[in-house]
Amino acid sequence: MAGRWRNTLNWSDVTPEAAYLSRRQIMAGAGALALGGLAGQARAAEGGLEPNTFEEITSYCNFYEFGTGKEDPKRNAGALTVDPWSVKIDGLVDKPGTYDLADILEGVSLEERIYRLRCVEAWSMVIPWVGFELADLLDRVGVQPGAKYVAFETLFRPEEMPGQRAPILDWPYVEGLRLDEAMHPLTIMATGLYGQDMPKQNGAPIRLVVPWKYGFKSIKSVVRISLTETEPPTTWNKASAREYGFYSNVNPQVDHPRWSQATERRIGAGLFSKRQPTLMFNGYDEVADLYAGMDLKKFF
Amino acid sequence: MGLAGTINGALRRVPAWPVYVLGMLPAPWFLYLGLTGGLGVEPIEALEHRLGVTALQFLVAGLAVTPLRRLTGINLIRYRRALGLVAFFHLSLHLATWLFLDLQSWQLIWADIVKRPYITVGMAGFVLLVPLALTSNSLSLRRLGPVRWRRLHRLTYPAVLLGAIHYVMLVKGWQIEPLVYLAAILALLSLRIRLPRRRVAV
Repeated sequence: MAGRWRNTLNWSDVTPEAAYLSRRQIMAGAGALALGGLAGQARAAEGGLEPNTFEEITSYCNFYEFGTGKEDPKRNAGALTVDPWSVKIDGLVDKPGTYDLADILEGVSLEERIYRLRCVEAWSMVIPWVGFELADLLDRVGVQPGAKYVAFETLFRPEEMPGQRAPILDWPYVEGLRLDEAMHPLTIMATGLYGQDMPKQNGAPIRLVVPWKYGFKSIKSVVRISLTETEPPTTWNKASAREYGFYSNVNPQVDHPRWSQATERRIGAGLFSKRQPTLMFNGYDEVADLYAGMDLKKFF
Repeated sequence: MGLAGTINGALRRVPAWPVYVLGMLPAPWFLYLGLTGGLGVEPIEALEHRLGVTALQFLVAGLAVTPLRRLTGINLIRYRRALGLVAFFHLSLHLATWLFLDLQSWQLIWADIVKRPYITVGMAGFVLLVPLALTSNSLSLRRLGPVRWRRLHRLTYPAVLLGAIHYVMLVKGWQIEPLVYLAAILALLSLRIRLPRRRVAV
C-alpha cells in the first residue's frame, strides 16, 4: 500500500471568505462531492492558487482524438459512449482481466485532489479532480516482481472520435510511467472534476493525472493498463523524440526545442495577464527523490 | 473575355479605399472579442493566432492577384497595394500582441528571437516586409523607378513563404490548416516560376 498523499491545497485555502461561507452551506446540504454547482464561483485570490472555472477547464482542451483545436473536444466529444466502459489490465499482474469500470470503482474510495496542470505548450490551469490513487488499483490486481513500467492506452474508436480518422498521431494514443512514478501517491486515476462525472472532453470516464509531468502524460479515456518489464512507447515521443521525452517532467530549465519552458500563462487570467514562472516538477517537490542521481537534462 | 471584361468594367467604378476600411475591420473586432470573452479562455494566444492568420490570408490574396489576371483576365491590380498594407497592418498587430501582451519582457523576447527557430523565421518574414510597406506609396515608386521598385517588392515571395513556414513550425505535430496555407503559397509561387517561360514559348 502506497503512503497516503496529504493535500496541502483545499477549498478553504483558496476561497475568499464570502464565497467560502456560501459554499459551506451548499456542501452541508449536498454532500462532500456534490460541488458541481460551484463551477462559476470557485475563484479565489489567496495564495495565488485558484481553481479554474468549470467552463475554462471544459472548453480549453488538448484531446487530439476530437480535433487539434482547443475547443474541438468540447464540440466533438458528445458522441463518445462512456457506458459501458471496461479497462483491460494485463501484463505482469497476478489478476489480469477486463475490469468493468463499476468494478474498479467499487474497490476504491474517491477523493478530491486540487492539482496544478502544466501543459507542454506553456499554459497552465488548476483543476479540482475527483479520483483515486493508481497505487490502490495496482495493489488490487497484484504487481509481479518483474514489472518495471506501466503502459496505458486510450480508446480507439474513430466512428466516435473524429480526430482519429486522420493520421495526426499514431493512434491509439499510448503513454507510460515508471512503476515508482505510477505508485507515487500523487498519481491518480481521475473519474471526475468539480464533483461531477468526468466531462467527455476531459477524458471520460477515467483518465490518468500525474501533476508533476506535462499534461500530455496524463492520458485520457483509458481502456488498457499493462505492467511491463521494458519502457513502453509513448505517443508524443514517437511523433518527435527530440521534443517529447519519456519522462517529460515539468522543468523550467529544460526548454522545448521550439519554445521556452521557463514561464507559463494561467488560463483564464485575461487579455492583460502576465506570465508566471514555471516551477520545478510543477511545484510538487516531493517527487524529486524519484529522480535522485538522474540527469534530467538527458532524461527530459 | 466576356465575364472577365464585365467584372473588370464593374470594378472600374470601385475605388481602393473600401479595401482598406473593410480589410482593417478584423483587428478591432478581434480586440473586442478578446475583451468580452469571445476569444475563449486563452484570449492572448487566440488574438495572436487570429491576427497572424488574417495577415497570412491577405498576403495570399495579394499573391493571387497576378496569377488571377493571367489565368482569368480579371484584373485586381488596383487593390494589391491595399491588400499588402492591410496584411502588414495585421502582421504588426500580431507582433505587438506577442511583444506586449504575450511575453512582456525584453529579455524573453530577445531569447525567443535568437533561440526559437519558428520565431526567427517569423521575424525574418516581418523584417523583409518592412521596406515594402515603407515604399508602398506612389512617391517611393517614382523615386525608385518601376524596375528597381518591382525588384525590391519581389521580397514578398520569401516573406510570405517564411510566414507559412512559421505557422507550420509553431504548432504541435503536423496539423492540417498550416499545411494548407503552405501548399497554397507554394502553388501561387510556382505559377510565377512557370509563367515567364510560357510567355517565351508564345
